[in-house]
Amino acid sequence: MGNPNRVKAESGFMRWVDDRFPATQMWQEHLSQYYAPRNFNFWYFFGSLALLVLVNQILTGVWLTMSYNPSAEGAFASVEYIMRDVEYGWLIRYLHSTGASAFFVVIYLHMFRALLYGSYKAPRELVWIFGMAIYLLLMAEAFMGYLLPWGQMSYWGAQVIISLFAAIPVIGPDLAQWIRGDFLISGITLNRFFALHVVALPIVILALVVLHLIALHEVGSNNPDGIEIKAKKDETGKPLDGIPFHPYYTVKDVFGVAVFLFVFAAVVFYFPEGGGYFLERPNFEPANPMVTPDHIAPVWYFTPFYAILRAITFDFLGLQAQFLGVVFMGAAIAILFVLPWLDRSPVNSMRYKGWISKVALAIFAISFVILGILGALPATPLRTAVAQLCTLLYFAFFLLMPFYTRLEKTKPVPERVTG
Amino acid sequence: MADNGVNKGRRRLLLGATTVVGAVGAVGVAVPFVASWQPSARARAAGAPVQADVSKLEEGQRMTVEWRGRPVWIVKRTPDMIERTEQFDPARLADPDSEVPQQPDYVTGPLRSIRPDISVLVGICTHLGCSPLYRPGPDDVDMTAWPGGYFCPCHGSYFDLAGRVFRNVPAPSNLEVPPYRFESDDVIIVGEDEETA
Repeated sequence: MGNPNRVKAESGFMRWVDDRFPATQMWQEHLSQYYAPRNFNFWYFFGSLALLVLVNQILTGVWLTMSYNPSAEGAFASVEYIMRDVEYGWLIRYLHSTGASAFFVVIYLHMFRALLYGSYKAPRELVWIFGMAIYLLLMAEAFMGYLLPWGQMSYWGAQVIISLFAAIPVIGPDLAQWIRGDFLISGITLNRFFALHVVALPIVILALVVLHLIALHEVGSNNPDGIEIKAKKDETGKPLDGIPFHPYYTVKDVFGVAVFLFVFAAVVFYFPEGGGYFLERPNFEPANPMVTPDHIAPVWYFTPFYAILRAITFDFLGLQAQFLGVVFMGAAIAILFVLPWLDRSPVNSMRYKGWISKVALAIFAISFVILGILGALPATPLRTAVAQLCTLLYFAFFLLMPFYTRLEKTKPVPERVTG
Repeated sequence: MADNGVNKGRRRLLLGATTVVGAVGAVGVAVPFVASWQPSARARAAGAPVQADVSKLEEGQRMTVEWRGRPVWIVKRTPDMIERTEQFDPARLADPDSEVPQQPDYVTGPLRSIRPDISVLVGICTHLGCSPLYRPGPDDVDMTAWPGGYFCPCHGSYFDLAGRVFRNVPAPSNLEVPPYRFESDDVIIVGEDEETA
């Protein structure tokens, strides 16, 4: 039955299960005998926190579906019904809306960790690519979810984003109409976004999370020193610098979860609107196709890319500025996928890379944050100029990476993990 | 290992043929799913033309009617507004002669209208679909020699009273002029072309 070398329990109920399903084997492979480097630091909390937020989103999302009405006539009112009349509806909705922002907070920190310690480099390219696919789908999931309350910002935010597709030459207008299913964003659009948000995308995201973890457990976790712990093993084949994920890191992660929940609960209970950034103020008005809000800003986690979109105000290579903005925004995300092949450094971790890499990462992170701030503000000529500079720096970080990572002098890498 | 009498050529052919037929079938199955996203018959019916009565519109006033869910502005321009638009420096406009097809063929000239006094425009910014604000007076916008027109608050695009877009703003083209015709002097049908003789 199956792999004859499979680990099985000696006797009892688990033996009965193991003869039919590789439960003990999986437990050992992924937890009790999955050896993770012993030098994980603060930055390694965010993977497990992302899983926690994912569970939160699914649980609260299913509960919201029970009271939500996905129609243009009823959507806004049903959200108010959830907030006012459904028992604990306010809490479940705030857990879901705050969870969306929390998801992006932990994902951005999780991704920054990868940039910091070279976690995307060989042999972890697929871990990175699966992760990026999750990030991309998460943005689609968040965008479609934001339409569902059918407030003014839901409506006009979707209007702006769907118009991005209309900017594509030749096929654009038909493509946008196909996405909307109408001549304008209507209840038809709302219904299909509901189906995608609640059924289709979560299934794909869950599948990708499984692939992300399988790929990770195949190659093993990277660590702050960026060295391969599997290179040094004891006589039983266990990495000398590895410790079993369970109980060592499960306990560490539980601590991270506790701290995270403190902050998360504080936001849910005291600042659920996040100062207008998690739930934007115009969204407390029902969607009105005839009145545009004075200032349309996407939710904060999209603003860096939105700023890049707006920064392109000039025609180039015969392409109109409008379409070029869409191209740049798409490229800003697409270029992340090929990151593993842009980094030519012989070392993984920022600890042992040269000063150019360190400065480049710092400039990149600052540019990304500035873009995020600018994307939330109305455009002025000065802000557009700053956004253009930051867009240039954003792309320079990636496009110059093959050169500066190869040219710079790196520090010697230790044999064993430090700290 | 021996072939055990397997004819590899035939096996490859059958495998290839099955793959091709399967792929064609998959494309066929995809058709209804993709087509299902097109506007439904009900949505298409709701996109029918609308009527607007401009007899009660004061000079310089704007009315908005909804056509296919989009705001359509009808402005009765004053002689002063017409003059300001016609005399405006074309060098400051991206497409002063309306070369980009953003209007029906029968809508020509700098005023982009059938009748000089009545302007009909789709009130959706050509950048990313916001609805610009009506700023008809010469002092309504902080800009030298503002001819009157529309300002989009989302990303700062400017249009004149004929919906012509300024240079160096995010919007790439003039505001769209929808198909429309005059049923009588006072009644406009938006969404239907002028009957051409």
